[in-house]
Amino acid sequence: MNFTRRETMAAGGAAFIASVLPITLMASTNDLISGITGGAETSSSGISLTAPEIAENGNTVPISIDAPGAVAITVLAAGNPTPGVAKFNFGAGSGSQNCTTRIRLAGTQDVIAVAEMADGSFSAAHQTVKVTIGGCGG
Amino acid sequence: MAKGVKPRVKVPKTAAAGETITIKTLISHKMETGRRKDKDGNIIPRSIINRFTCAFNGKSVVDVSMEPAISVNPYFQFEATVPEAGEFLFTWYDDDGSVYEKKKSIKIA
Repeated sequence: MNFTRRETMAAGGAAFIASVLPITLMASTNDLISGITGGAETSSSGISLTAPEIAENGNTVPISIDAPGAVAITVLAAGNPTPGVAKFNFGAGSGSQNCTTRIRLAGTQDVIAVAEMADGSFSAAHQTVKVTIGGCGG
Repeated sequence: MAKGVKPRVKVPKTAAAGETITIKTLISHKMETGRRKDKDGNIIPRSIINRFTCAFNGKSVVDVSMEPAISVNPYFQFEATVPEAGEFLFTWYDDDGSVYEKKKSIKIA
C-alpha cells in the first residue's frame, strides 16, 4: 500500500487529534455533577460512596453507594471514554437506598455518585480511585 | 441471544414480615463495551445488558439502567422490604433484545 505525502500527513494529523481528544473530552467532576442536577446546588451530606483507594484491575472495581432517602442514584466515572456508569431507581419495595456493584475504570480517576432525594434536592459524593491496569481494552 | 447467559440470585427463603433483606444477583454476560478491537483491528460491537429490574409482587424494588462501564458478569447487591409472602421477579434486558428472567419466592417465618 503506497501513501502519497498528503495522505500520510492527513493520517498523521488524524492520529494526533485522536490521541489528544480524550484529555479534552475528560469532563471535570463538577461539570458532570451539574449535568445531572441541572445546575442545582448539591450537598455532600446524605450520601456515602465506598470505593477502593487503589484498584489493581480496572476491569472490576467494587463500589457501594448508600444514600438514605434517595429516589435515584447516578454513578459516573469522570475519566472513562463515556462517563455514564449506571443509574439506580429505587421503588416502593426497596428496603434501603443502598446498592453495591462492580464497574470498569479506564484509569486513575474520580468516581462520582449523585443522589436525587425525594424532596428534589441533590447530594453528591466523589472519590478518586487509583487504577493500575485500565479496564477498557484497546 | 448472547451465549452462556445464566442469571443467579440469592434471596433468603424466609423472612419476618416487614423485614429488610439483602438480595444478591449475578448474571454471567460478557458485557462487550464496543470499544475493544479484535486482532484485525475491527471494533467488536457493543453487547451489554442495559437494564436490570427487580420487583416484589409487582412492586418495583430497584430499576438500574446500565452503561458499558458495568463490569463483566454484572453483580448487584441491594435491599428489599418484605411486607408479605410473595415472589421476587428479576429481569435483565440485553442489547440484542433478549430478556432474561428469574423468580424467587419468599415465605414469612
